[in-house]
This record gives sequence, structure tokens and C-alpha cells, in this order.
Amino acid sequence: MIEFHLDARSGVAPYMQLIHQVRRAMRLGLLTEGDQLPTVKEVVGKIAINPNTVLKAYRELEFEGLVKLRTGVGTFVARTLSDKTLAAHAPLRAELERWLARAREAGLEDESIEALFLSAFRAQTEARS
Amino acid sequence: MTDAIATTGLTKNYGRKTALNDCTLTVPTGRIVGLVGPNGAGKSTLLQLACGLLRPTTGSIEVLGERPGNGPEHTARIGFVAQDTPTYAHLSIAEHLRLGRALNRGWDDALARERIEQLGLDPAQRAGKLSGGQRSQLALTLAVAKRPELLLLDEPVAALDPLARREFLQGLMEHTAEHGTSLVLSSHLIADLERTCDYLVVLVDSRIRLAGDVEELLAQHHRVTGARREASSLPSGHEVVYQSHTGKQSTMIVRSSAPIEDPWWTVEQLSMEDLVLAYMTEAGRIAPARVLEGHR
Amino acid sequence: MTWLTWRQFRTPVGLVTGMVALVVVALVVARPALMDLYRSTGLASCTTDCTQEQVRDFLLRADDLAAKPLFWAGFAAIYLIPAIIGIFWGAPMVARELESGTFRLVWSQGITRSRWLAVKLLAGAGAAMLAAGLLSLAVTWFSVPFDRANDNRLIAEVFGARGIVPIAYAALAFVLGVLIGTVLRRTVPAMAVTLILIATVQVVMPTLVRPNLIPPKHYTGALVAQTGLDGGFEELMMSGDGSLHVIPRLAEPGAWVLSNRAVKADGSTFTGPYDPAFCGRDAGGPRRCEEWVLSQNLHQDAKFQPASRFWPLQWIETALILVVSALLAALTFWWVRRRLS
Repeated sequence: MIEFHLDARSGVAPYMQLIHQVRRAMRLGLLTEGDQLPTVKEVVGKIAINPNTVLKAYRELEFEGLVKLRTGVGTFVARTLSDKTLAAHAPLRAELERWLARAREAGLEDESIEALFLSAFRAQTEARS
Repeated sequence: MTDAIATTGLTKNYGRKTALNDCTLTVPTGRIVGLVGPNGAGKSTLLQLACGLLRPTTGSIEVLGERPGNGPEHTARIGFVAQDTPTYAHLSIAEHLRLGRALNRGWDDALARERIEQLGLDPAQRAGKLSGGQRSQLALTLAVAKRPELLLLDEPVAALDPLARREFLQGLMEHTAEHGTSLVLSSHLIADLERTCDYLVVLVDSRIRLAGDVEELLAQHHRVTGARREASSLPSGHEVVYQSHTGKQSTMIVRSSAPIEDPWWTVEQLSMEDLVLAYMTEAGRIAPARVLEGHR
Repeated sequence: MTWLTWRQFRTPVGLVTGMVALVVVALVVARPALMDLYRSTGLASCTTDCTQEQVRDFLLRADDLAAKPLFWAGFAAIYLIPAIIGIFWGAPMVARELESGTFRLVWSQGITRSRWLAVKLLAGAGAAMLAAGLLSLAVTWFSVPFDRANDNRLIAEVFGARGIVPIAYAALAFVLGVLIGTVLRRTVPAMAVTLILIATVQVVMPTLVRPNLIPPKHYTGALVAQTGLDGGFEELMMSGDGSLHVIPRLAEPGAWVLSNRAVKADGSTFTGPYDPAFCGRDAGGPRRCEEWVLSQNLHQDAKFQPASRFWPLQWIETALILVVSALLAALTFWWVRRRLS
């Protein structure tokens, strides 16, 4: 079972934050197929948000095929994502770490590294689409 | 389906003072409505009209399809927690529950006692000795144990510290999730309601400034910034809610269902707080501006 | 609702019940000694033939009994109980709810506010009438020997402390307190205003209203001197400025005398001047002056309520006060339903 939290200042809509948190937990292997997500009542009792927000997030996750809503029983994780991630991408990660080390050697500060990464990431995403 | 609240030209005067002026509003059921506005804007008046404690001076109001104050059957469908969560200081918690049981036909005693137990409150405790947070929990318990279809809460968390505020909203959201109750919460601070409400009503100076589904409202409003230009240079169909100009730059909050594609402007999304503040600020500014025009 | 009314109400009810119980117990304890005196002076057994000596004997010896201060305490209790009920039961009943905001809690429960008010008014007025009724019964019963000796049940102060009128005043005081509290919305000012109004009613009723509840009897006739221990007139008094103050006797035992004058032929009140030869300081005493007054061709003009009207007046006044209470209660309903919304 995972526990949700909410960042009020992130500017990201609350239901999106919930979706991100489920996806991340699945990627990290914290949630695997068959695991139950907290009920709507449990979530709102914990983080005091609108029940409709939770329902909306769960419906969106179901639409993506990540979870399955079983009426009267609960919401369950429908797939396991973790095998493709992290472990599988260890070489990529090592490469990224090497790049970060080089950026620091070049005298870049954290903020500049982040800006550089994001602008490159966006440019590449735009070029692809 | 009937609306939770539907008003037409609703006006309430106290003597010569107008507390609510010509309000026409429809709030659907099944929503969590945030009723936001500065102190004295008429939020309490609107809620008390909705639960039948007050009668309109003119105009009409229907709650769950009926005129409020029409009899105990209708009152039973509406739960109300008044501002400052009044309770009888010399009565114990158990006696408050007994009061609720005696006065309400649909009273759910198990629910009431369960809530008190979950909150860790001693039923023999007198209400006068409870903390602010505990007192509002007791008032909420009385309101929800009626098993109402619509729950009206007037500034329920204004007097609470952040922890009690969180606990109160947690309990309230749990109840709403379980029973599907429609909810109207008023507050002078949008931050209290930002996470909980999905429908927004902004009340300023006794008038309704804005009402609608939160997501739709957020999708329709944009903050545009750019080099200084007059608001009239925006294409038609764009309603300027708020504008401020410095020597070089203009910032406006614009309502428009169509996207703004003018490259002159940088367009940003608004948070709910920005949106509400824009309407409150501009409402405060319109009145003096009109007076100035009159002098010309 | 009944339970809630009782729960909110039990402390002030306890206060008044305690007071009434205290007075009643004291009266019951002191009564045997009083009755012994009543019998031993012969006052208990005489009917129309009671002598002035028997009366004086009883009243003088009663001064030494514990019953005497209790006789006055009974008056005090009867005249105070409406004020206490009005202030401590009536005034806070709605005012405190309005003041503390709890009306918003209770009026949003599944009960109409009319029903809420009806239960409170009925319970409060009922309890008030019961307490006052019990007190009046005890005081009336205890005071029989005194009332017999004084033969004055009908005069203003005694009338209001006997029989059934105290019941009506208690109801009025309660309803008045509730109404004032509802209108003012503040407990303490409501208590003060209630006290003032109750005291006003207690003064205005016997002085202005009660004398005319039944048109008073009117007596006119030639002025005569009645034989009595203290002379032929009720009062005969000379003043330094030469005027003479005459009040004739009225042969109506136990009557409540509203006015009683010696009048001249033209109908104006006789005030002298007296003839110093008959009434002066050294003219030969009050007898001679009396004779002179009788020779002045004067008439007696008196208005009074005869003793036989005690119960009719009690019923009429009780009914009147209860009707006024009912009107005030109706006004309270209207106020709670219309003005407070």
C-alpha cells in the first residue's frame, strides 16, 4: 500500500500529483500487479482533499490500463512496470551520472545544470513530435 | 436532477443594510462547493438563507428543490454548522448527541457515537471545556449524524490552528467520500478550500462575482504578460478580469474560452488562489473608479 | 425537546423550588402556635359577633409569635416570585440562545422553531404557575387568622398575595421575560427591563386597574357619626392654617374603600375652615368639634368594593392577566418566526 502526499505549491493539479505518485511507485517497483491502492475514503481521510479528485485520478489510471477498479472491492494495480526500469536502465543512468560530473567540472551550478537539462529535454521532445 | 441550491434575484436586507444583493446562482448536487469572499461579503447570510434560518427580503431560493424553512422534513435534509460552531457550553458531548437524537427523526446514533469515539473524545466532557478544534468536530458530528443530503458549513476552519484544521477537513472529506453528501464550505481564505472544493462561488460586496466548476474556471482564465499595451488591444471575446500596468509591462487576467494565440503576450495558467484574488481585488477597485468617472 | 428544555432549565427551576419549599416548610412549622392563639382568643369561633377586644388581643399577642415575621415573609415571597421567575426563567430562556449563537444549532435541527418555543413557553409557564400556586395556597392558608383579625382581604396589598391572582402574575412575568429577552437578544439587559416592567405592573394593577374591574359601589347619604372606640369619624384632623380634614366612617366591614369624603352641598370636598369656638385647641375636645361638623349640613360620598366581591375580583383579574400573558406569548411567536429571520 502506498501513501499519497500533496504539494500545494507545485502548481500541478492535485489529481495529476496522485497519478504521478502511482506511476512513480510502479516504476520503482513499490507497486506491482495485484497490489491494492488505498480507498478513496482512506486517501481523503489522510490528505483532506476532494473525494472526486481521487476518483478522477483512479479513473485516469484505469484508462491508462495501470489499475483496475473492482466495484465494492477496491482499486488494484493491473500491471508491473518495474522490470523495465532502473535495473534495466543502469547503463543509461551511469552515462547520465558521468555527464553530470562533467557539467560540474565545467563549473556549472545546480540551477544551470537543471536549466540546461530541461531545455535540451524540451527541444528534443518538440523535435520528435 | 434537482440542484443543491438555486437562487433567483436573492436579496437580503438587515434594516437599511444590504447583506446580499440580487444573487442568481445554481449549485449542482454532488459537489464540494467553496463559497469564498472577504469578511462581510454575505457568505453567512447566503448559508443561513439556504438552511432556513433567514428568509429572503426579495427574490427566491430553493434548496434541494424546496423553499428552505418549510418544515422539519426539509430541515432534516440539510445539515448546518454555523460560524464559530456554537454548542451548549454546559451540556456534555453525550447530552449533545441526545439532543440530536431527540430532535431529528433520521438521526444516526451509531454514526455519531462512532465519530466521537474515533476522535478520542470523552462523552462525559462538557462542551465548554473542549478546544476549538474539538468543539467544531462536535458541531460537525451533530450535523452529519442527521444524515443530510446537503451539508452547509460556515467558516468551519477559520478559528482553528493548522493541525485542527487539517483534522477537521480530513474527517469531513471522509464523510463526504462515504456518504456522497453535497457540501458547501465558506471561507474568507481560499487556501483553506483549495484542495477540497471542485466548485467555486466568489462573493464580494453582497454580489456573486464568479461561480462555476473549478476546472472549467481554471481552463478559462489566463494570466497574460507582455510589453505595455492597453486592454482594448486584446481580441474580442476576451474579458479582462484584472489588469495592472507598470511603465513598461502590462499584466492582465483574462477570461476566454478560446486560447490566446497573440505572440505579443506570454500566457500562463492560474492557480485557484490567483483566480479568486483577481476577482476580489478587481471588485474592490471598480467602485472607486466609477466614482472618479462621475466627477469628470 | 422536553428533555432539552428540562436540561437547560433545571438550575433556575431548582432555585425557585428551593425558595418555595423553604417558605412553605416554615409556614407549616409555625402554624400550630398561631392556631392555638387564634382559638384561645375566641377569634376562631366567633362569626359576626367578634369583638374589637378579641381582635386586638389576638393581634397584640401574635406580635410575639414566630408567625408574625413569617406573615410578612409570605407577602415578600409572593410579591418577589414573579420577579424571580421573570428574571431567572423568562429573560434568559431565548436571550441566552440568541446571545451565544446556539439558536443556529437548535433551529437547524429537525424541529420547527415554533414547536421549540411552544415547548419552552408551556413548560416554563406551567412550572411558574405551579410554583406560585403552591406558594399562594400556603400563604393564604397560613394567613387566615390574620386576615380574619384585620378583615382586609380586599385591600390592594393583601388581595394580590392571596387566592389565585399570584398564579396569573407568575405566568405573566415568565412570558414577559421571554418576550423581552427575545426582543433585546441580551440576557442581562433583558433581566433589568423585565424587573422594571414587572414592578410597574405590580404597582399599576392595584392602583389604576383593579378598582375598576367591577364598577365600584357608590354610597351617598347625610353625614353621620358612627359610634366607635375612637370617635364618630374615621379621621378628624385640624391643621394650623384653619382647615379641617374629615373622613367619615363607612359601615361596610371588610370593604376596599377607594374614596371616602365629607362633601358640601355643592359637591366639593369639605376642608373647613373650622370654627375655633368649637374645634380650637381649647374648645372642648374632639367630641364638640364632631358635633359642630355634623351641624354643617354635609354629606358622605364614598366609593368602595364590598367584601363580597373578593372572589369575583380574583377571577376577573386572573383571567385578565392570563389573557395578556397569552397575547405576549403570541407576540413572542411572531417575533421568533418573523423578526428573527
